[in-house]
Amino acid sequence: MNLEVGIRWMELFNEKVQNEKDYLTQLDTPIGDSDHGNNMSRGMAHVVEAIEEQKPENLNELLKLVTTNLLSKVGGASGPLYASAFMGMMKAEAAGEEWATILKAGLENIQMRGKAEKGDKTMVDLWTAVVEAVSKDELTHDLIDEAVEATKPLKAKKGRASYVGERSIGHIDPGAYSSGLLFHAMLEAEAE
Amino acid sequence: MEKTGIVVVSHVREIAEGIQRLIQEVAADVDVQVVGGVNTHEVGTSFDTALATINNSSADNILAFYDLGSAKMNLEMAIEMSDKTVKIYDVPVVEGAYTAAALLQTGVDLENIEEQLREIQIVK
Repeated sequence: MNLEVGIRWMELFNEKVQNEKDYLTQLDTPIGDSDHGNNMSRGMAHVVEAIEEQKPENLNELLKLVTTNLLSKVGGASGPLYASAFMGMMKAEAAGEEWATILKAGLENIQMRGKAEKGDKTMVDLWTAVVEAVSKDELTHDLIDEAVEATKPLKAKKGRASYVGERSIGHIDPGAYSSGLLFHAMLEAEAE
Repeated sequence: MEKTGIVVVSHVREIAEGIQRLIQEVAADVDVQVVGGVNTHEVGTSFDTALATINNSSADNILAFYDLGSAKMNLEMAIEMSDKTVKIYDVPVVEGAYTAAALLQTGVDLENIEEQLREIQIVK
């Protein structure tokens, strides 16, 4: 990962979020509060705009800019959770860690904020699978899709979906899906 | 003694305003700052509004109450960015804020307020 790939990563993530905004909201309707599409769409639009305006000069500046914009512009639970992820990554990057360790730091910060464990049917499930795969250099688009799909049979134990208990079973978790978009974008940016 | 105030973060403006109205009945002298919703009429919470509400308080020591989980996360992020001492309580938002305000108004110390709040703690 470097600044150019990082910027491309955010651009591609933004495109995916805008394209799938309605689907994200649709996922969030039966088990959430129907705001995930709008929230992520607004937040990522601001991120891309801020990158163009402020022109970060290195990867750390980029991660910082992403953090502050997601924190202020996304709202809901996704704002603090995604911002925590990028804040953790920013700190690990500043410490000179490898990319797999940087992503792991992102996951740890999400868990610190949201208190979710693997299997709670949240974005943590997706991040856990991705971090493990990246550390073995085995991340693929299929692996991401499988990890997203794997949230479907689970019963939600954290987040807004936990309020509907058993009825969350059979639905893909919206946060896991949007995190899936994030990592699809990362793979595409890295491949370009 | 350091001044103690109350902050309430809700997903809905009317809930926040309703709680404030309720509290004023028993605690006219307590600094109670509330925020509900985002962009005036939308349902939701945000880091920016949580931080602004904490900063609006004239108190340096704050007891914070919230309705649903994401309000808590935004409050936690805001606390990290604020110089004030803020503690969040996992209690029903109406009963919790009301109890704390009523006790603050009558000069009950923090230790006893916290003991009362522990009794109404819920998983949220």
